[in-house]
Amino acid sequence: MPVLALNNVEVIYDQVILVLKGVSLQVPEGGIIALLGANGAGKSTTLKAVSGLLRPERGAVTGGAIEFAGERIDTLPAHAIVRRGIVQVLEGRRIFEHLTTEENLIAGAHTRGDWGAIVGGLDMVYGYFPRLRERRDLKAGYLSGGEQQMLAIGRALMSRPRLMLLDEPSLGLAPRLVEEIFEIIQRLNREEKLTVLLVEQNATMALTIAHHGYVMETGRIVLDGDAATLRENEDIKEFYLGLTEVGSRKSYRDVKHYKRRKRWLS
Amino acid sequence: MDFFALLVVNGLLVGTLYSLIALGFVLIYKATDAINFAQGELVMIAGFFVAALIQLYRVPLAATVAIAVLAMMLLGFGIERVMLRPLIGRPVIAVIMATIGLAAILKGTGPLVWGAETKNLPLPIPEAPFLVNVLDVVVLVSPIQLVAAGVSLAFLAVFGYIFLRSRMGIAMRAVADSQQVAMAMGINVERYFALAWAMAGIVSALGGIIWGNLLGVDVHLALVGLKVFPVVILGGLDSIPGAVVGGLIVGVVEGVAAGYIDPYVGGGTKDFVPYLLMILALMVRPYGIFGKEIIERV
Ligand SMILES: Nc1ncnc2c1ncn2[C@@H]1O[C@H](COP(=O)(O)OP(=O)(O)OP(=O)(O)O)[C@@H](O)[C@H]1O
Ligand SMILES: [Mg+2]
Repeated sequence: MPVLALNNVEVIYDQVILVLKGVSLQVPEGGIIALLGANGAGKSTTLKAVSGLLRPERGAVTGGAIEFAGERIDTLPAHAIVRRGIVQVLEGRRIFEHLTTEENLIAGAHTRGDWGAIVGGLDMVYGYFPRLRERRDLKAGYLSGGEQQMLAIGRALMSRPRLMLLDEPSLGLAPRLVEEIFEIIQRLNREEKLTVLLVEQNATMALTIAHHGYVMETGRIVLDGDAATLRENEDIKEFYLGLTEVGSRKSYRDVKHYKRRKRWLS
Repeated sequence: MDFFALLVVNGLLVGTLYSLIALGFVLIYKATDAINFAQGELVMIAGFFVAALIQLYRVPLAATVAIAVLAMMLLGFGIERVMLRPLIGRPVIAVIMATIGLAAILKGTGPLVWGAETKNLPLPIPEAPFLVNVLDVVVLVSPIQLVAAGVSLAFLAVFGYIFLRSRMGIAMRAVADSQQVAMAMGINVERYFALAWAMAGIVSALGGIIWGNLLGVDVHLALVGLKVFPVVILGGLDSIPGAVVGGLIVGVVEGVAAGYIDPYVGGGTKDFVPYLLMILALMVRPYGIFGKEIIERV
């Protein structure tokens, strides 16, 4: 049984803008699931629907159901969802700039009871990200981009989640750093039994560590399969893995259409 | 020389009280981004309440202080719950207008319930001023001012500690930094909004008791709210140390200026000098002495 299941989920912003048009996906316990798609497809919206973070953006789940560990969570407030073991790492390294590195981590452990748990959490996070230990007393706003991404992930770990929703951890980072972060995600998955739902533009990287992937387009899931199959899929290859310069205007469907015609001609 | 020292010392003592009252404003601004134009009125209503408890209902002082602190805390909670929570996510101007409305309502409520005449708010503290020797300069201070300064500094220290060191303080600062990210960390943001208002209520209760004793209680007590803006602009809108330093500066500068200028102009110096200072500060350091630095990395 999947630990997280989205069933036909609809999300509306500002009471009129329909952004998710019936999204269904499943995340098995212990898995790394990739959610791919072009800009504006609705990937971040999907994650926020799960974590309860639509409310401050005037969005709401208006249809379907989201179940975590067998319980409906789509009406719960964000803090209650964190307590149940889901944590989201928001897109764009949203650290608390004016807090120190360590204060950021302590804030991440807000739902944890005692100082003992916090100290244990700090040890674990510093174990995975030794650079954060060196920067513990520095205001987080002054960390480098890579360090901020590490902090964002480390801070989310402080709540000891079962499921981590990761929104574009590779955004704006140098390739070597991206590799380092993906390695750590993989280690967290293995060593901490952390289940991961990973949103990425960088499909190549995502599909190397994911077990299974979903492809989204304008608010719908248009394709899914295990990672190896998706890596081999011609259309995916063309649109997401190779020809990224095609840009966001051209949709997966266009590619498919174009390819079909080409095949038919030849 | 002694006259100058007297003015400075008295300015510092009054300044701690300004700091305390400004703290209420800063806590709310820091946590909720709301500019509270009713801080002075909160102090005023607390003064009315305390005067009524002591004079009308003959409640013993210790109980009065406890009741007032509790009542103002609940009032802070209530204001956040009823008036401000529905405005979350609305433009800043909506919140500003709401607090201006709140100020007017509070200002009307005090006299309406307890009468408009000025009331005494007696405290069991001796009136007679005494001489203190500060660094070989002898100055005259009144006991109530010493008590006021002591209470203010104690509370500033407590709130400062909570904010800077405790988990609760870290969570409050996280909320101040980014509400959505704080939510993502499992922080119940609305609860911290309410907490900030409750703390402002506590501060107002203390301010109302002390300031009410010094000036007597009527609607003019709310004018202390006008000192809040120069104090927080000088110190930085969202800084607790800034509120302390800003309060001391305003207290001293207005005290000294009034001491030398008032005899010639017949009073009123204290009302405009803080604002002169504020405008100067705005031109030199718009974010105040301790205001949040804008973090820019390249
Ligand atoms: N708060 C909002 N109000 C209105 N529309 C929104 C809001 N947030 C997102 N949208 C719209 O919803 C759609 C999906 O946005 P979302 O951020 O989920 O896309 P995404 O797949 O994460 O894109 P990206 O890869 O660029 O991050 C977009 O068309 C966007 O304009
Ligand atoms: Mg996104």
